[in-house]
Amino acid sequence: MGVKLDSMYQEVILDHYKHPHGRGLRDGDAEVHHVNPTCGDEITLRVKYDGTTISDVSYEGQGCSISQASASVLNELLVGKELSEAQKIQETFLELMQSKGKLEPDDAMEEVLEDAVAFAGVSKYPARVKCALLSWMAWKDATAQALGSDAAERKTA
Amino acid sequence: MTQLPGLLDTEAIRKDFPILDRVLHDDKKLVYLDNAATSQTPRQVIDTLSEYYEQHNANVHRGIHVLAEEATALYEGARDKVAAFINAPSRDEVIFTKNASESLNLVANMLGWADEPYRVDHETEIVITEMEHHSNIVPWQLLAQRTGAKLKWFGLTDDGRLDLSNIDEVITEKTKIVSFVLVSNILGTVNPVEKIVRRAQEVGALVLIDASQAAPHMPMDVQALQADFVAFTGHKMCGPTGIGVLWGRQELLEDLPPFLGGGEMIETVSMHSSTYAPAPHKFEAGTPPIAQAVGLGAAIDYLSAIGMDKILAHEHALTEYAVKRLGEVPDLRIIGPSTAEDRGAAISFTLGDIHPHDVGQVLDEQGIAVRVGHHCARPVCLRYGIPATTRASFYLYSTPAEIDALIDGLEHVRNFFG
Repeated sequence: MGVKLDSMYQEVILDHYKHPHGRGLRDGDAEVHHVNPTCGDEITLRVKYDGTTISDVSYEGQGCSISQASASVLNELLVGKELSEAQKIQETFLELMQSKGKLEPDDAMEEVLEDAVAFAGVSKYPARVKCALLSWMAWKDATAQALGSDAAERKTA
Repeated sequence: MTQLPGLLDTEAIRKDFPILDRVLHDDKKLVYLDNAATSQTPRQVIDTLSEYYEQHNANVHRGIHVLAEEATALYEGARDKVAAFINAPSRDEVIFTKNASESLNLVANMLGWADEPYRVDHETEIVITEMEHHSNIVPWQLLAQRTGAKLKWFGLTDDGRLDLSNIDEVITEKTKIVSFVLVSNILGTVNPVEKIVRRAQEVGALVLIDASQAAPHMPMDVQALQADFVAFTGHKMCGPTGIGVLWGRQELLEDLPPFLGGGEMIETVSMHSSTYAPAPHKFEAGTPPIAQAVGLGAAIDYLSAIGMDKILAHEHALTEYAVKRLGEVPDLRIIGPSTAEDRGAAISFTLGDIHPHDVGQVLDEQGIAVRVGHHCARPVCLRYGIPATTRASFYLYSTPAEIDALIDGLEHVRNFFG
């Protein structure tokens, strides 16, 4: 398989796809359902907060390997984090995914994103960026609903 | 090289399509199997478009200078070509739109604003099918919401055909309009027009046929179809984007109200009221897509010179071959009719648990262009309990070797995600 394709389907992404973390719906403070209308990826996602600490992100969905692996990475990265820290991770991931393949993740970014840095190659494929972002947008939306959009937005600013 | 009876001389035809020579990802020859989304454009059409802009460009029906007259003659000449291509009784029954979606929306709006006996209101019903493209679902949902009319539809059988077993309950005396697709863009099914039209005529309902996936691939005869309206688009039949067609029976076009108002569609205008130009101009407000219509005319010349019956035979042979070869791929499930009988050259399938997006990505890496997703026909995916499909669709320049490349490509996909 070509070098370019391998850069998208990193081993770590395929691992998350085949062995997803935290999949399945559990108790939560808010639930959202997001879809990617161009390809039919869907996710139902719930967040549970303990104050401003994320105690769980649970999800169920169907979609391509990129969207499913991304949800798994999100669960692994965000559960147990403080909201402000999670928001920083989400924003960094968004920046990476919107980089059109031009951003070479540095050490600082790798430290923030951990496994999620493997999605750098996906940003070269405009049609797939939405797949990678689906669960992250769902998480942001669910968080706004769980904590009130003001609280969530203030911390973002 | 696989030889099948009925195939066109694709070696010669492919020379007309410069884009088919493209090499992708450094060394992969393009295998274009996304023809149901859009077809490629032959040199003859590209040249016609260039020549129009280089020699004749002007607005139509407005000027008295040479260019305006030439542009008008070319634009109206394209209308003649379309009328002949679909065997319309009159050229005045051919309305140019920007695409099939606009054609379908136009009919929905004509009926929403019409007087009796055509008017769709809260006491009437609209009938569509579960295999429609979103463009033949949403306009009717909008019309139903605005008028209070009831929207009904035919369901699908397990093998991808319309379930007409309850046709007398679905199409009733209350039905004002029956709108359905001639060839499904996702299932490939060719629908039994005559049976549906006969029932619609029994109850006095109008019939609109979405021929977007039919007009490019088979001889079209609107008189034989016996429908009241037929919609299709230019870019799926070797023409440019931005040009569609709505054919409608003359007496209906005379009776039904315009939808868009503006220049070109009027007879006289005062500050108090206006009278309208006769059809087709009544339905062509504003400057139309002139070059695109002329380009569609050139596409029709191109297709007609080859022969629509020959194109149909070519695609049927390819479809038979593709269905057979896809059947050899482990874990592959065809969504739609499993034989080439009453079937067009668009074939949707799933491949085990591998999501179509991933299938399409790995195929693209090998230069193979297919469509993945729900193909703007999400209710079909819901019906068959699948999130999406991969779709390969063929045209007059497609070859058995390209189908072989697809089969090899799918083997790569299975290895990659296996």
